[in-house]
Amino acid sequence: MSVMDTSEGVFMGMPRARAVALTRWAIVATAALALELYGRFFADPAFMQPVSAILRAWIDPVLSDARIIRALMDAVVEIAVAYALSIICGATIGIAIGVSNFARKSFLPIVLLLYAIPQVTLMPLFILIFGLGAAGKIAFGFSHGVFPVIVNVVAGMRNMNPLYLRAVQSMGGTRFDTLRHVIFPNMVPAFFVGLRLSMTLTLLGVILAELYVSTGGIGYFTRLFAENFNPAPLFALIGSLATIAILFNSLVRVAERRLTPGARAPGKLNLSGAKSR
Amino acid sequence: MSAGFAQRAIQLAFLILAGGAWYALTQARVVSPLFLPPPQAVYATLTRLLATPQFWSAVQVTLTTIAKAYGIAIVSGVFVGYLITRSRFWTDVLEPVIAGLFTIPITLFFPLFILFFGIGPASKVAYGATYGFFPIALNTIAGLAHADERYLRAARSMGASGFDTFRHVLLPGALPVLLTGLRVGFFICFASVLGGEALSSIAGVGRNIALSAELMESARMYAWIAFVICTAVTLNFLMTFIENRAASYEAAER
Repeated sequence: MSVMDTSEGVFMGMPRARAVALTRWAIVATAALALELYGRFFADPAFMQPVSAILRAWIDPVLSDARIIRALMDAVVEIAVAYALSIICGATIGIAIGVSNFARKSFLPIVLLLYAIPQVTLMPLFILIFGLGAAGKIAFGFSHGVFPVIVNVVAGMRNMNPLYLRAVQSMGGTRFDTLRHVIFPNMVPAFFVGLRLSMTLTLLGVILAELYVSTGGIGYFTRLFAENFNPAPLFALIGSLATIAILFNSLVRVAERRLTPGARAPGKLNLSGAKSR
Repeated sequence: MSAGFAQRAIQLAFLILAGGAWYALTQARVVSPLFLPPPQAVYATLTRLLATPQFWSAVQVTLTTIAKAYGIAIVSGVFVGYLITRSRFWTDVLEPVIAGLFTIPITLFFPLFILFFGIGPASKVAYGATYGFFPIALNTIAGLAHADERYLRAARSMGASGFDTFRHVLLPGALPVLLTGLRVGFFICFASVLGGEALSSIAGVGRNIALSAELMESARMYAWIAFVICTAVTLNFLMTFIENRAASYEAAER
């Protein structure tokens, strides 16, 4: 039975890892080919166009229109600013809450309650307060991105081996020493889990707001292309945004690999509170 | 006990302080009622809204959309997750692909959903189902792929059929993770349907929030938002409760 396969070993005469990667690429290629054939021979050109036409549209109207480039650059800046704010505020609030048992038990439920609110419902409110420009999109992205950072910083400061704490105390470390040399290094893996999740949500928030505001920016162009039944540039524009999203995600991943002490995948976070050891 | 009481008191004080600040700011006319209407106006609007048939028809549209989207997400997510975990090779190939796709905001593709399914509820069903599919499929894979090999071998050596193994070994083992996936999937479905309605729609709760914002009817918008937030928080408590019950039931049965 195939469930019994071991993870190592040889698959169809290839090392297993290479077989896995090859199959993955084969799936992507097959999907692209299927889309190309479907778009070329079967689809209504008002709804779907072949991949080759999308690539052409990517070069011509999308990448050669200064206004679209401008909109994409604006989105990049908004994502970066919202993300930076999320990290700074999230880490500050998280440390303030996580620093003592009492503060955590008092304030974490409030944070979790706010986190449970579907922020999309607040989107019109954000735009109303912060306007149609970059500020509204940044604020909305920030409202998505800040919570996972807070929650994971708190969790990281909590899942702490009490032995280390006792060791610092017995060696005469001050409260600051404990924070600096034990709690912060211990927090890093959880912090990066929060950063990854925060990036996903910041992207979601900024892009939601971008699509919602249709007077300018990306939302204007997606609406323009969709309402004119011009799918090729629409696909190309969405593809460019997806690429931006993937780049931002990989940036976080690279930073994680570089900055985590002792390169290894961070373990699963235990938010329910039981000690992981 | 006294520490617990102090924490409750702080939480309560926080809520009262937030409400009080809202009241004081609007009473003192520091902020324009256009941005922040006074709480009593929001409450009055909410009670008036609750009595109108338009309110309930909008709620009905949204609930039907969520139910359809969530149903599709559960069936497709669990089914695909089950199929993929039948082979460890395909798990290795496809799990990172699904996880990777999930990090791209699917909201990006919302204009395509509108293009293909129109601005009626169908596009929101498809959008919500797509968003909900990912956490459910990923958690199904996580639950089923990491079943203890010894249990599987024991079941097989005792002559269990494929379905028996699924029913008595795989499913109970995967249930806690699976239920978490269902809960996460539900809230993602819920939020994406509302978001989709706010972005582009003709009816529903999200549409009404966006519409009252466009018309600058702030009290009405806050009333809708308050309704959605109360619903979401109640549902969250309910889901967590069910999940804990199921988990303790599983623990007791084992």
